[in-house]
Amino acid sequence: MTRTTIDLWVGFFVAMGLAALLFLALKVGNLATSNSGETYAIEAKFDNIGGLKVRAPVKSAGVVVGRVSDIRFDSEAYQAVVKMQLDTRYRFPRDTFVTINTSGLLGEQYIGLDAGGDIDMLKSGDVIKKTQSAVVLEKLISQFMFSKAAEDSSGSGNQ
Amino acid sequence: MGKLDKAGAAASRFLQVLGHTVTKRIFRLGFAARFFVAIFMQSGTAFRRLHLTLREIYFTGVLSLIIILVSGLFVGMVLGLQGYDTLQRYGSTEALGILVALSLVRELGPVVAALLFASRAGSAITAEIGLMKATEQLSAMEMMAVNPIARVVAPRFWGGVVSMPILAALFSAMGIFGGYLVGVQLIGVDEGSFWSQMQASVDFQKDILNGVIKSFVFGIIVSWVAVFEGYDADPTAEGVSRATTRTVVTSSLAILAADFILTAFMFTGA
Repeated sequence: MTRTTIDLWVGFFVAMGLAALLFLALKVGNLATSNSGETYAIEAKFDNIGGLKVRAPVKSAGVVVGRVSDIRFDSEAYQAVVKMQLDTRYRFPRDTFVTINTSGLLGEQYIGLDAGGDIDMLKSGDVIKKTQSAVVLEKLISQFMFSKAAEDSSGSGNQ
Repeated sequence: MGKLDKAGAAASRFLQVLGHTVTKRIFRLGFAARFFVAIFMQSGTAFRRLHLTLREIYFTGVLSLIIILVSGLFVGMVLGLQGYDTLQRYGSTEALGILVALSLVRELGPVVAALLFASRAGSAITAEIGLMKATEQLSAMEMMAVNPIARVVAPRFWGGVVSMPILAALFSAMGIFGGYLVGVQLIGVDEGSFWSQMQASVDFQKDILNGVIKSFVFGIIVSWVAVFEGYDADPTAEGVSRATTRTVVTSSLAILAADFILTAFMFTGA
């Protein structure tokens, strides 16, 4: 095996490795979609964010328009402050309503934006106050159970 | 009294053997660490005369391509079948892409590729260096004022370190292709959700980059063990065969132990 043949094969080998890495990064991973385009930041305050995590998608009408970039706790208001980066292509009115939703019954949680009717648009750094917290399944079930129990006892009392 | 003496003698002999074994192991570990540093100190030649290292990349990397690619394909295909069987019970077969991609990129790609690499290339390196030592080629080099660590060991070490991440990336890519073949083409999982769910949940930094770091660390471990066992082999036919066995056993165990430690660092918390 001459030296140039070895060089050729090693070059081929390294190129294949780079191609595999590129395939993993672009086709398998989310490198291409994660930081494309410019973004602006807005914040929203929630009483309870449930299982929301950093990098969770922000959706409006089901379309991903941004991502959650930071979650912290406001120790004065005792509320969670969620910071999100929205794509500059999408503008939302100032009275946009922010909710935390779950995709599917056990799926991951995401932020939903419901556009309002205001003429002014949200700017970078704005804080949204109109929010709806995450639905905690256990609370929902216990509420349902208690109301059912109350219904039953009042029903039997009437008879 | 005689019985007690006998028992005492046996116990002290046992302690002697135990102590001897432990100190021997510690001496070997110390030598291995010193050898590791020596490789780095003597690596200048391996980079200045790059064709030496390229030749080793050819032997350890290019010639391992077939086994890595075929194994990757079959591991991916098995993951596709098994994953589908489990996921369909929960009615979430669209998550097959996530399952195949994450298990390959995070764990199976680096680990299985490193295990194959240790048995395919590591044992060959050990046998080659061990035989060089047995036939006194290393001593001959020293006589000619050629440093055998710089001329023989370092190029083989760096060749292995360079080849390993490339082989692991190829293994993962091939495995995902295998999972795609079985999941989408054979069983009929929806192609769009297979890829889109995969892309939505595989993170470049957290999953892919950590996988590459893992395979790089495994490359260092396998190459280090292989060149050390070869260099430290008894210069006999039996010694070389024992060293080759030790390379495969030690590096496989070290890979699995290092994988646990790295995973604990990379994927716990947050």
